[in-house]
Amino acid sequence: MTDIATQPPKLNWFSRLAHPGNFMTWSKPLLWPLGIATAAIFAIGLYFALLDSPADYQMGETVRIMYIHVPNAWLSQFVYGVMFVASLGTLVWRHPLADVAAKAAAPLGAAFTALALFSGSLWGRPTWGTFWEWDGRMTSTLILFFIYLGIIALWRAFDDQLRAARIVAIVTLVGALDIPVIKFSVDWWNTLHQPASILVAGGPKMPGSILTPLFIMLFAFTFLFLLLHLISMRTVILRRRAESLSRQAAARSA
Amino acid sequence: MSAFLAIISRDLRLAARAGGDALTLVLFFVMVGAVVPFAIGPDRVLLAKLAPGIIWIAAFLSMLLGLDRLFRADDEDGSLLLFRHAGPPLEAVVVAKLVAHWLLTALPVLIASPLLAILLAMDAGAWSRTLLSLAVGTPALTAFGVIGAAVTVSLKRGGLLAPVLILPLCIPVLIFGVATVAAPEGTTAALLFLAALSLVSVAFCPFAAAMALRVGSE
Repeated sequence: MTDIATQPPKLNWFSRLAHPGNFMTWSKPLLWPLGIATAAIFAIGLYFALLDSPADYQMGETVRIMYIHVPNAWLSQFVYGVMFVASLGTLVWRHPLADVAAKAAAPLGAAFTALALFSGSLWGRPTWGTFWEWDGRMTSTLILFFIYLGIIALWRAFDDQLRAARIVAIVTLVGALDIPVIKFSVDWWNTLHQPASILVAGGPKMPGSILTPLFIMLFAFTFLFLLLHLISMRTVILRRRAESLSRQAAARSA
Repeated sequence: MSAFLAIISRDLRLAARAGGDALTLVLFFVMVGAVVPFAIGPDRVLLAKLAPGIIWIAAFLSMLLGLDRLFRADDEDGSLLLFRHAGPPLEAVVVAKLVAHWLLTALPVLIASPLLAILLAMDAGAWSRTLLSLAVGTPALTAFGVIGAAVTVSLKRGGLLAPVLILPLCIPVLIFGVATVAAPEGTTAALLFLAALSLVSVAFCPFAAAMALRVGSE
């Protein structure tokens, strides 16, 4: 009855959750509720952002671009944070799910960063009179975008995904150490963008009528990222399974 | 220590005997700088104003040129495998390779910089500040280059990937390098930042690069 050799080793709750097979089981029933929650928060957020919030006294209706721009800019950095944690998981614990999480996050991060740049330049045209300015924040976001693209290119250059995961993790960590330096040096180099105005000492510098929809949109976009991340992690795992199945089939037929 | 010096002198001798690599690099560096006047016109005032930036970009590109050879040749003839099992730790080997690579790519550029300074109508003061900023800043460029080369060494088609990966990471070096030249007389803030960047990246690079080399050859 209790044959120890065939028993799987006792795992703690985290290892059980993070096992790729178990991940596929528990993440599947999460997708629909998460999707519905995301859609609902987006509906509320867009209603407040587009209809039930005041126009700015200086910028007019263009202030509404902010409700798209700020969440994307937030995610452009948040996703790198996710990749950083996943890379630590890859290097320290050699965890297969961390590899998958890092790989799935990179294109999403690049997409959110591109959207932040795009919405920012659309916002800059009416308010600053220019699509692009070599300003500190914009430049550092552009460099972040390049770093994302380099990481995606590195992922694609490897055939062996296990080795790719560790190499990319090293690059991600080096990038994570360098990004604050880039941000600081570029800010020092040239600055036009307004400074931080939400998380500052002494409370936010915005009225609640604008802050509420902004926070709802921040939650909506973060949920969107979590949903897309789960879906693409599942896709990566399924794709790996399909590859190993086709390899096995080829080995049998040979 | 003797192993460390042996690796440096081995790399230097290999480069000297293969012949002409350093000369090609200098040629590339001078040509990049000499092409710019054709693109923007031979206006002496404008050229003198842009010269530090042009020299920095030319040096930057020259450093990228030799990057692919840094670990690839060692990987192909198996000496990288020997380095992994040699007495000194792989991190020390990486430092030796870093020093050798700096001597082979950055030093020739530093020596050739007066030539470009004359072509671009720089005065002596601006040139000496550029030389100083290059001398202080190029170790950081080399360090990032070593990481890029180590990360892509196991890739058959990694030649273009290393520059794409490290170019964005090198931007602070470029910013502070050019700021050192443009800084008003007597201020050293930008130079000190540049030196800090160089010291930190040279200290950090061997560990990241050695880790990448170990993963790459598993």
